[in-house]
Amino acid sequence: MRLLVIRILATLSVLLGVNYVAWRWLESVNWSAWWIAVPLVIAETYSLIDTILFATTMWRAKQRPRPTSPPQGTVDVFITTYNEPIELVMTTAHAAKRIAYPHETWILDDGARPEMEAAARAAGIGYIRRSADWDGKPRHAKAGNLNNALFQTDGEFLLILDADQVPDPLILERTLGYFADDPQVALVQTPQWFSNVDEADPLGSQAPLFYGPIQQGKDGWNAAFFCGSNAVLRRDALMQLGIVGYVRDVEASTRRTLRAAESLLAREAHRRSNEPELRAELSRLRAEVGAARSEIDEGGHIADVTFRVREAVDAASQRLVALDVARMHDDLAELQALPVQRDAELGVVVIDDAALARLAASDLSPLGAVDAVSALLDALRVDRPGEAQPLQPLATISVTEDMATAMQLHSLGWRSVYHHEVLAHGLAPDDLGTMLKQRLRWAQGTMQVLLRDNPLLKRGLSAGQRLMYFGTMWSYLSGFAAVVYLAAPVVYLVLGILPVTAWSVDFFLRFLPYFLVNQVLFVVVARGIRTWRGQQYSLALFPVWIKACVTSFANVVLRTPLDFVVTRKDKVAEGRVPWREIWPQLTAIGMLLLALIIGVGRVVVGTADGTGTLVNTVWVAYDLLALSVIIQAARYRGFGGEPPQEAVDREPSKGTA
Amino acid sequence: MNIAVTTASGIATIAPEGRLTAVAAPQLRQAVQQSIDAGTARIVVDMAGTEFVDSSGLGALIGALKAARLAGGDLRIAAVPEAVRTVLRLTNLDRVLRAHDSAATAFDGD
Repeated sequence: MRLLVIRILATLSVLLGVNYVAWRWLESVNWSAWWIAVPLVIAETYSLIDTILFATTMWRAKQRPRPTSPPQGTVDVFITTYNEPIELVMTTAHAAKRIAYPHETWILDDGARPEMEAAARAAGIGYIRRSADWDGKPRHAKAGNLNNALFQTDGEFLLILDADQVPDPLILERTLGYFADDPQVALVQTPQWFSNVDEADPLGSQAPLFYGPIQQGKDGWNAAFFCGSNAVLRRDALMQLGIVGYVRDVEASTRRTLRAAESLLAREAHRRSNEPELRAELSRLRAEVGAARSEIDEGGHIADVTFRVREAVDAASQRLVALDVARMHDDLAELQALPVQRDAELGVVVIDDAALARLAASDLSPLGAVDAVSALLDALRVDRPGEAQPLQPLATISVTEDMATAMQLHSLGWRSVYHHEVLAHGLAPDDLGTMLKQRLRWAQGTMQVLLRDNPLLKRGLSAGQRLMYFGTMWSYLSGFAAVVYLAAPVVYLVLGILPVTAWSVDFFLRFLPYFLVNQVLFVVVARGIRTWRGQQYSLALFPVWIKACVTSFANVVLRTPLDFVVTRKDKVAEGRVPWREIWPQLTAIGMLLLALIIGVGRVVVGTADGTGTLVNTVWVAYDLLALSVIIQAARYRGFGGEPPQEAVDREPSKGTA
Repeated sequence: MNIAVTTASGIATIAPEGRLTAVAAPQLRQAVQQSIDAGTARIVVDMAGTEFVDSSGLGALIGALKAARLAGGDLRIAAVPEAVRTVLRLTNLDRVLRAHDSAATAFDGD
């Protein structure tokens, strides 16, 4: 019944939205002020697409019954940490140890801190740090930390907890059954709930709309998201990801290397025309590499092909060295000098054949002298020399490994489950600066996935899954629309320039029903959750969203580093207000206030239209109310009181997570 | 899982019997490392007695392949049962590793 109401409202909302936006494009753009009119109508189109994606998400919202199978299988509990206080990690670790279902608890310490290790050992809790394989290799942040631990443990299922997420003793009992119910289930995600946040939640930490209706909606399309913590994963599914990724990478790099080697060998052979032996070997190798390439194209096994090329290189190297050694013997015999020992008694030169054999090491051989060739052929390895370990099960293409990993699992046909029950209590950031960094990282990670592995193009995903992933990515583009929504009323109130042809009856007849039905849909979906805080932040964090889009574009396309930051979870963090981060919001607030005064003044002196000023005053008031949360957040001095009621369906927030 | 290791004419044959899963993976890795440390980096994994392999088992094979190659040798798989072939196909690992007919002939021609 409720789903039917939601579907009717969703359909109406989309129809009314299309009706309004089509009219805006066709009938009401004020082309004479195109510089503000066109951005506004584009922003409105952006919002309409957002509405359509939201309606699609809610279309199949799913309230799952408890799993029917009893909990089963072996489990490792992973607590990931980097720089959080030892005490905080140990609180989580002790709670993890108390989880009722049999399991092993591990602290995955990416900080490699001896005190952390001592505390873990003293409590009888497993301690894992990166192996030596990772020295000098890309570390891949949290994904790397987990990937390292996967090869030092053997549980069939993995419960992943951030250092601050204190688990409920029943967390495994409640979730493991899903894996037995359906052998294709790879992931069960439970909500994130923060205990250091009061009812007002000025930093908008709780995300009850996301860990509720939105995740349930995504679950209906078999696209429940992995959110990095408070989730159980099936090891076999992750390992399969690792292997598929390994094969893909090895195949691509082998093809690339062979192609480059062939042209390089051809060039070198040409250049070394005055050294006939070397030239002959280079040409022979070139033929070998060419044959290897066509063999791979015809479906040959990569390990075989690369092994043979390697052998051919070694053989060529040895032949050249042998030639050199023979020459050297001749030279030495003539000179009776050089770095060899003279046997005092016999008075003859003793040539150390073993030492000469060492000269055959590739860097000294004449073939090795062709540096580029040697380096290239070194890359022809099946062990992914650029990575610490050949298998990287958790995706490493994004700073938020969770979304990328789940999307790859889905594309391989695995299923995911959202279990709507709070089974862990975490700590949210305590100050605005930390919160802004965290949101920026989430947004950047999401945009990286969009740019590197676009869900609309990715093979193996269903249409619904594509839209669910794309919907979240789309919501992070809202910063650009927000700038327009802030600027348009200012432009009107100050300059009297209309972005629409008129604030006419036509406008209200089309806009108001769309707006109202949209709000009603939101209220019905939220089912008593206060969503205002989330709505505020979705506008008020516009500089963060824009920065995320720009930096991740620069990162993926131009390869600029992202400046990855770990979110602080402890209270000693500096509580200073990050003025440098929030000046755009403060400027916007100032401009809006100024525009209000000027607008009213213009009505008073009779140079402005009453209706238009009224509409824009309401608009500005909404913008100001939304932005005011930034001031509230900047004044926030951390949590001091009682935690809020423990129910997911309480605190406000929007689901841009 | 049981692992039998035999070394003859410069080739080590490692035969995992039973289920090659996450639990058995360290054993396989260890057996391979011991052979390499003992100077034999040419390794055949004889899977005739392997009933089941999961992705973790395949992961151990890839790890062993890396170790053997770094030591200047190679790792080959032989006598692969149909059930295991299916897993190889499912993960595309058959693109990298050839399943040789028998352990005795896995290094023929090299």
